Amino acid sequence: MNRIRLLDHLVLMLGVFVMVAPVVVAFMTSTHEAADIHRNGLSLAWGGHFTETYNTVLTREGGFTGKITGARMIWNSLILGIGFAAGKIVLSMLAAYAIVYFRFRLGTLFFWMIFTTLLLPLEVRILPSYEVMNKLSLTNTYTGLIVPLLASATGTFFFRQFFKSVPEELLEAARIDGAGPFKFFIDVLVPLSRTMIAAIFIIMFVYGWNQYLWPTLMTTDERFFTLVRGIKQILLVWVGSNIPDYNEAFALAILAMLPPVMIVLIFQRWFIKGLTESDK
Amino acid sequence: MKRVQFSSPYLPYLFLAPQMAIIFVFFYWPSVQAIQSSFYLEDPFGFGSTFVGLSNYSDALGSVQYQSIARFTVVFTALVTFLSLGIGMLLAVKADAVLKGSAAYKTLLIWVYAIAPPVAGLMGMMFFDQHIGPLVKFAALFGWDMKVGLNYNDTAIAMIIVSVWKQIPYNFIFILSGLQSIPASVREAAAIDCRSGTRRFWTMTLPLLAPTAFFLLVINMTYALFDTFGVIDVMVKDKAANNPITLVYKVYMDGFRGNDLGGSSAQSVILMIVVFVLTIFQFRFIERRVHYN
Repeated sequence: MNRIRLLDHLVLMLGVFVMVAPVVVAFMTSTHEAADIHRNGLSLAWGGHFTETYNTVLTREGGFTGKITGARMIWNSLILGIGFAAGKIVLSMLAAYAIVYFRFRLGTLFFWMIFTTLLLPLEVRILPSYEVMNKLSLTNTYTGLIVPLLASATGTFFFRQFFKSVPEELLEAARIDGAGPFKFFIDVLVPLSRTMIAAIFIIMFVYGWNQYLWPTLMTTDERFFTLVRGIKQILLVWVGSNIPDYNEAFALAILAMLPPVMIVLIFQRWFIKGLTESDK
Repeated sequence: MKRVQFSSPYLPYLFLAPQMAIIFVFFYWPSVQAIQSSFYLEDPFGFGSTFVGLSNYSDALGSVQYQSIARFTVVFTALVTFLSLGIGMLLAVKADAVLKGSAAYKTLLIWVYAIAPPVAGLMGMMFFDQHIGPLVKFAALFGWDMKVGLNYNDTAIAMIIVSVWKQIPYNFIFILSGLQSIPASVREAAAIDCRSGTRRFWTMTLPLLAPTAFFLLVINMTYALFDTFGVIDVMVKDKAANNPITLVYKVYMDGFRGNDLGGSSAQSVILMIVVFVLTIFQFRFIERRVHYN
């Protein structure tokens, strides 16, 4: 028995090493100077240039127009992540409420129309979506960045499942007490859904923060670049130079992963709950 | 649906209005446009378009380049799915088996989920860099001169490694939560009946996990087909000519670099059909998903 356990631990430790080591190396290397990295390769030891590198990355005005800083990109990423998560929750709770708690003629039709959006991810309709955004002149706006991403049904299904599991007696009791649809929603359903809202917020924030393709299409103006979208630009500037700024590239990668990783780690329980229950 | 429901002539429509509006403008309108423009040849200077029937489709499907990209996409999808599911399952089974440190392993193994594909791609570029990449040096120990970004196969291998790395936590989370929902009584009964852990895995655990694994199969395939766009885009560095790309990347290139609206739309529609079939497949089996709680 003991020997087997030891083997289990070995496998797990190897797994942890493979998953964690690249990120640790990336962080440690980002604290070295570019020339040092160029000479000695990646490093597992502290390089001592943490403040300089991160300060440069956050505040230096770069890009082709020389107007975008790392801090600005973080701000844009936050707007996208939070805006997307909040929008998703509001839209999908309202829609799920209508579908579960109301009897109306077109209910089934609407349900299927929302359901259909699960069939086609954004990636397969990028060009026409872009054309539509152009017609609405929403390119290079926060609206254009966030709102089209909301056009999918994942959140709606999550809340529909949850509302269906809410005991019937609650609604009966509320109606006897004379509560109308608005009162029931705000005073009963929203407080009941708090954990669910938190879980879905975490999933959606990570999803929004990590968006790449859509921001790449929507934003050509560097003032609207998110961190994840900016990565490509960094690499492009990089290709020509003699000693590439490895340290800055790694620093940006670390900054781009920090907020979603922190949220997943801190709210691990809600995150797992949200993930395993929403993706069914 | 609920036994007791509200009835109101306008409220449900009011609640549904925002979601429906967004779906119409940003989902149905572009989807219809994609299908429509796949039958037209757009004038490159913007002077109208001509109806060309199915020729955009036959051009795409008939081209040698498209076929080779399609072949790569199939191989790429199969490998990424198989490897990330396999490794995720191995780690989940082990994390479920150990008594001590299970929670710590879990925490350490899941958080890579939160790293965006292009960020993972950027890190991959560094680890496979010609000058500083440790993985290139490691490969050199075996006499393998890896040239990621220049050599087709080497780039493909690097892309697969990065894509698998990013996806392992997802599979791990789902399989572990599937394992933990197997009741203790079932495990104990199995342990009494059969002493061999390996046999128990194949005859008891795996069948019970089958619904989860099947669901993950479909999810991993859509991940490999679509979400790896960021990994690929960062790793080919705009030099797609000699490098392996997937079908989604080609849709993007033809549409935004080549300005071939019709061709790109036709490829979009082909992909739509693939996803459609995958999803239908998934929902046919979702009925069989077993819940233990």
